[in-house]
Amino acid sequence: MKILVCISKSPDTTTKIAFKENNAQFDENNVQYIVNPYDEWYALVRALELKEAGGGNVTIINVGLAENDAIIRKALAIGADDAVRIDADPSDALYVAEQIAAYAKAQNFDLILAGKETINYNGSAIGGMISELLGLPYISLATKLTMAGNTATIEQDIDGGTQVVECDLPLVISAAKGMAEQRIPNMRGIMAARTKPLTVVSAVDSAKLTAVKLYTLAAGRTECKYIDASTPEKLIELLHTEAKVI
Amino acid sequence: MAAKTDNFQHPDYYLMDELLTDEHKLIRDTVRAWVKKEVSPIVEEACQKAEFPKQWIKGLAEVGAFGPYIPVEYGGAGLDQISYGIIMQELERGDSGLRSTASVQSSLVMFPIYTFGTEEQKKKYLPKLASGDLMGCFGLTEPDHGSNPSGMISNIKDKGDHYILNGAKMWISNAPFADIAVVWAKDENGDIRGMVIERGMPGFTTPETHGKWSLRASATGELVFDNVKVPKENIFPNIKGLKGPLSCLNSARYGIAWGAIGAAMDCYHSALQYSKERIQFGKPIAGFQLTQKKLAEMITEITKAQLFTWRLGVLKNEHRATPGQISMAKRNNVNMALQIAREARQIHGGMGITGEYPIMRHMMNLESVITYEGTHDIHLLITGMDVTGIAAFE
Ligand SMILES: Cc1cc2nc3c(=O)[nH]c(=O)nc-3n(C[C@H](O)[C@H](O)[C@H](O)COP(=O)(O)OP(=O)(O)OC[C@H]3O[C@@H](n4cnc5c(N)ncnc54)[C@H](O)[C@@H]3O)c2cc1C
Repeated sequence: MKILVCISKSPDTTTKIAFKENNAQFDENNVQYIVNPYDEWYALVRALELKEAGGGNVTIINVGLAENDAIIRKALAIGADDAVRIDADPSDALYVAEQIAAYAKAQNFDLILAGKETINYNGSAIGGMISELLGLPYISLATKLTMAGNTATIEQDIDGGTQVVECDLPLVISAAKGMAEQRIPNMRGIMAARTKPLTVVSAVDSAKLTAVKLYTLAAGRTECKYIDASTPEKLIELLHTEAKVI
Repeated sequence: MAAKTDNFQHPDYYLMDELLTDEHKLIRDTVRAWVKKEVSPIVEEACQKAEFPKQWIKGLAEVGAFGPYIPVEYGGAGLDQISYGIIMQELERGDSGLRSTASVQSSLVMFPIYTFGTEEQKKKYLPKLASGDLMGCFGLTEPDHGSNPSGMISNIKDKGDHYILNGAKMWISNAPFADIAVVWAKDENGDIRGMVIERGMPGFTTPETHGKWSLRASATGELVFDNVKVPKENIFPNIKGLKGPLSCLNSARYGIAWGAIGAAMDCYHSALQYSKERIQFGKPIAGFQLTQKKLAEMITEITKAQLFTWRLGVLKNEHRATPGQISMAKRNNVNMALQIAREARQIHGGMGITGEYPIMRHMMNLESVITYEGTHDIHLLITGMDVTGIAAFE
């Protein structure tokens, strides 16, 4: 089975988020990047498990500039066979999806996996867009994926329960928590990644249709107020007038 | 004791990451991820029970902690010395006992076999030591000869086709479960010789040392040799004298210099977080000058040690690091970490003495680290000798 796994980078979860250019740009100064966990822990690891069980090849694809090679090498260290980086700034979801679709079109992948979203932008857009551009079926938020011959069985969380879907390959899936378990690369993998092929491909022509105008941070936690146990009416009053929850 | 989530992030005040390659950082993140997953959740309990969790062995092998700089053809990872240092830093960030196990296996067992062993010895032992299928220990210290190993009384006698080994070694890390021991003993000419002793050889026993308050997650024991018959092919042919064990110690001490930074970072990380959350007199204790003095001095010392040790790594990669330079870094960094552990313990108040926080464990561990592989004072005397040309310890 030929599998393509889309990976993107996201800031390490402990990053202090700041903006520049009048809050229109993310300040990358001192930011440590990691492979987006949904891509790495679930999409990539499940792809590797499928390959280990049934043979095949796992290719990583990333749309980004040369600094992304570090996270691509990590994905290779975890076990992907080869990688492709489309050399472009990935700032618009449709633009990114068009790049990936343009590459994938010629390659006849059986399965294209993406994470359900990135942990920084939470766009959840790429998987669906790729499937549309390639005219393939799309199953989002998959928590489980098994294969029998050419047929994939996918579980999805739905409100109050789960749903099981069947679909023949080729197919695009976005992976959610539950699909696999995080794999820590080992030293052999890290060394093997040194020599695995990482092909850099130029971007195809495509317009960027959206641009971020302004970022604002969520309000931080406000200070805790203590109310004396002897005056519960004070608590009721504050919940009503200040927190406005009752 | 519920293990808290380990949310450690290393401080990098001088942007030292920029001095590392992407591969160094990937190695660091890998070892850290393994420590967070497999070590942090159980290390407190292991220490409280004074048990070495055997399941760590496979994990240590997989993350490349056994002989990272040993060439690939012998099962090592063929990495550079900075990678080795970074692995040691991340392991000791978890626990000094864990790092000790990896140091011994890499620098005190694999290194001498690789450097002084015959081709047969290398092929026989190194791949299995790298994979953790064999665990080793290193016997130099004796009950009556610690800082002065050249006075050792363990000895071998030539019996034609084999040697007979007699003597005892004390304070030997990994001894209780090791499959092989690299042992140093004097031959009939009084020359120190190195050899590999295998568990199961008649007359060889490894009683465990109990009651330690330090390195409790690392097993320590004795090596007792009572007329042990040692085949001649188990002797290292190419090395005589104290130079043999000392070159192993050089490699291990270099790793300890990095390791101690890990322990210091963990204490600093915990103290910084705790001081920002702990409220006294209506404000976080981090807002008091005396706490800030402690924290500011900690990060200053950690930063100095990081740069100092990185430079030592570069010299080591170029085969230019001298024993004197390594002594200086081991001494400085371990002492730095111990001082930071003590100050961090103060910042945690009463909580600092419990297993809820890693501080007291690091502090007690570091009491061994400041003593083994050359005591704090002996390393000072090595530097003293290096700069004056006069040995003050003899
Ligand atoms: C947990 C643990 C694990 C260990 N693991 C190993 C191991 O795996 N293999 C191994 O071979 N050894 C191991 N050791 C032994 C360790 O290396 C020795 O403890 C160390 O070398 C000190 O020797 P000693 O304990 O005999 O102390 P001593 O040498 O008796 O020293 C006692 C004190 O006297 C001071 N002193 C000694 N000589 C002088 C001098 N000339 N001038 C000034 N001061 C001096 C020392 O600095 C020290 O403060 C381990 C020790 C510990 C605690």
